Amino acid sequence: MAVISINEVSKKYADHTALDRMCIDIPERCIYGLLGPNGAGKTTLIRILNQITAPDSGEVLINGEKLCQKHIACIGYLPEERGLYKKMKVGEQAIYLAELKDIKKAEAQKRLKVWFDKFEISGWWDKKVEELSKGMQQKIQFITTIIHEPDILIFDEPFSGFDPINANLLKDTILELRDKGATILLSTHNMASVEELCDSITLINKGKSILQGRVGDIKRQHDTHKREIIIRTSDIQPIFALGDTYNNIKVEPTDIHDEVKLTTYSESPNELLQHLMQIGQLVAYKEVLPSMNDIFIQEVQSQNQAS
Amino acid sequence: MNKIGLIIKREYLTRVRKRSFLILTFLGPILMAAIYIIPIMLALNSNTDHLRVAVVDESRWFEERFNSNENHTFVTMHGQPLDSVKEMVKTGVFDMALYVPPTQLSLPSNAVVYSIRQVPLEMETYISGVMEKEIEAQKLMAQGVDPKVVNAVKTDVNLQVMRMDDKGNEKETFTEIQFVLGMVLAMMVYFFIMFFGGQVMQGVAEEKNNRIIEVIISSVKPFQLMMGKIIGVSLVALTQFVLWILLTVVLYVGFSAFIGISNPEMLSSGTLMSQEITANDIMSNESVQSILQIVHSIDFGTIIVSFLIFFILGYLLYATLYAAVGSLVDNNTDSQQFTLPITVPLMVAIISSFYIVNNPDSSLAVWLSMIPFTSPISMMVRIPFGVPIWQIVLSVVLLAATFVAMTWIAAKIYRTGILMYGKKLTYKEIFKWLKYK
Repeated sequence: MAVISINEVSKKYADHTALDRMCIDIPERCIYGLLGPNGAGKTTLIRILNQITAPDSGEVLINGEKLCQKHIACIGYLPEERGLYKKMKVGEQAIYLAELKDIKKAEAQKRLKVWFDKFEISGWWDKKVEELSKGMQQKIQFITTIIHEPDILIFDEPFSGFDPINANLLKDTILELRDKGATILLSTHNMASVEELCDSITLINKGKSILQGRVGDIKRQHDTHKREIIIRTSDIQPIFALGDTYNNIKVEPTDIHDEVKLTTYSESPNELLQHLMQIGQLVAYKEVLPSMNDIFIQEVQSQNQAS
Repeated sequence: MNKIGLIIKREYLTRVRKRSFLILTFLGPILMAAIYIIPIMLALNSNTDHLRVAVVDESRWFEERFNSNENHTFVTMHGQPLDSVKEMVKTGVFDMALYVPPTQLSLPSNAVVYSIRQVPLEMETYISGVMEKEIEAQKLMAQGVDPKVVNAVKTDVNLQVMRMDDKGNEKETFTEIQFVLGMVLAMMVYFFIMFFGGQVMQGVAEEKNNRIIEVIISSVKPFQLMMGKIIGVSLVALTQFVLWILLTVVLYVGFSAFIGISNPEMLSSGTLMSQEITANDIMSNESVQSILQIVHSIDFGTIIVSFLIFFILGYLLYATLYAAVGSLVDNNTDSQQFTLPITVPLMVAIISSFYIVNNPDSSLAVWLSMIPFTSPISMMVRIPFGVPIWQIVLSVVLLAATFVAMTWIAAKIYRTGILMYGKKLTYKEIFKWLKYK
């Protein structure tokens, strides 16, 4: 059963429609990507889930129950626009934010200590937030988001401001949380992290869902039959001549003097392969599925042109 | 509910711990004490400031009329030319010279005061008063009125004002005291609303510009955050107020003791109090008895209770507005256009209080003390003069009702405003927010 199910949710603002009959089902224990260009309606949808705004029509169910006040405690939300009180001390502030999530002070202290150790920031407890770098603040914000161990986590651009090492730490932590049973909604423009982390995605454009499904399935659907072949031969010249024989083929030299790279978009590359194997040694044959980045651009552009 | 408590606690503690709070806490009473002490100091030192006035009176009507006292001496310079007297002023023999040209009753009277330094207003009024009285007398005599009659006509009126209530009880009132009290109370309400309302606005704008707002409102409702902040700041205001009163009392007691030691004869004769009152220009020398009478004439109970009610409700009403405005502010520069609707009624109230204090029962005064946006200030001006209880109750009810209504509106604006970034806002747009779900 879906942990979060969004049914026909619409939200209009004075001059535009932010969400138009949006439907998304997010299954349990998965990392679900919410993608879309700027202004597509992602933040509005996330704010509806957090009960910061209410939908004009439609409903949101959490574990089959209509979204209500008590669900606030079982959601952890890391907004894209996030900050901390600059004049407050780190530890004091973390406890305050945890207390707002109904965690008792002593318990909050205990849990925070564990997370501060894990993120190697124990030394900052008594520092003022304004003394910390942006990346350091991001760590604290992340910890305060998950401190109440919610079943549902919503991360909006969680990786912005992190160096690669800390981004990796964060990535591992997110996967760990998923494995412990959390359902995670990830909104990001970083397509590489979508491919690495997300099980399923919804692509939103102009308030509508234009693409939905498992990441692997979506990639397969968008397969352009692009295949890369690398062939090794002492005489590479005849291979360049193949471009005239076969359609949809591109031949390029590689960095290695006796190897050539061929790119084909044919649905039946067997004939070509047989031909090549007669000429030289087959080094590699690779299926090149489109990246989520390509799919994103292609889908959004084609929809924008259609409308 | 528990969460509002947490927010109030944070708002309160972070503000009370600030250095500026401590500074203000100590500076406030010192300023208040200074307002109180400096006139006394001046009054005590006024003997050294004796003015010597040379009178060159060519009409010879007034020279005997100017009476010297401990503050000033008039010296008549018979037949001396004006220029030589002016020279004496320059060299410091006299502080100033009064020159009266030859005067005819049918013509307007002129007189000139020559002085190196600023002539005290008191002196100007005294001189012109004496001259007017004398000319009046001369004119009456010129019309054939017996000089005895003219002298007999001169009267000093001691006006006593008795205030009656519907039960027929009479009570003597002291307008000057009520005047000062009314203005001080109104100023205090005005200052507190501006200062602490401004703190609410800054706090809201800070949360918005810090981008912590969305983190917080994913845990608590925006309304809880707004009210938590408003209540937290109001507790800071009350704390400050109480500390001020305590410190002022301490300073007052300390100062009185100091005066008592340096002027034991004054304390023992019991004239210290009246000296201070004189210094404050409230009334002329009277016995301790009448001071006590004045003190008893003031209904401190009503004043304190109504001050607290009007101050708290007035603050709450304006704090919700300030919170709404704070939520609209992206950077401090564009807060101006939205704070204007808040400051205008406050300004109207404080400026009109100068009128109200002179006409506390005029219809304008009554209206202003009923309209919720001006009533916290206007009513406080009227309270020391005595206000019918039904008016106070009505005003409080109106104020409380408006507070509830404005909270509803402000919460709607606040909720949307705190999440709006980088957008030029118009009033029209804000009005639309009221309809958002």
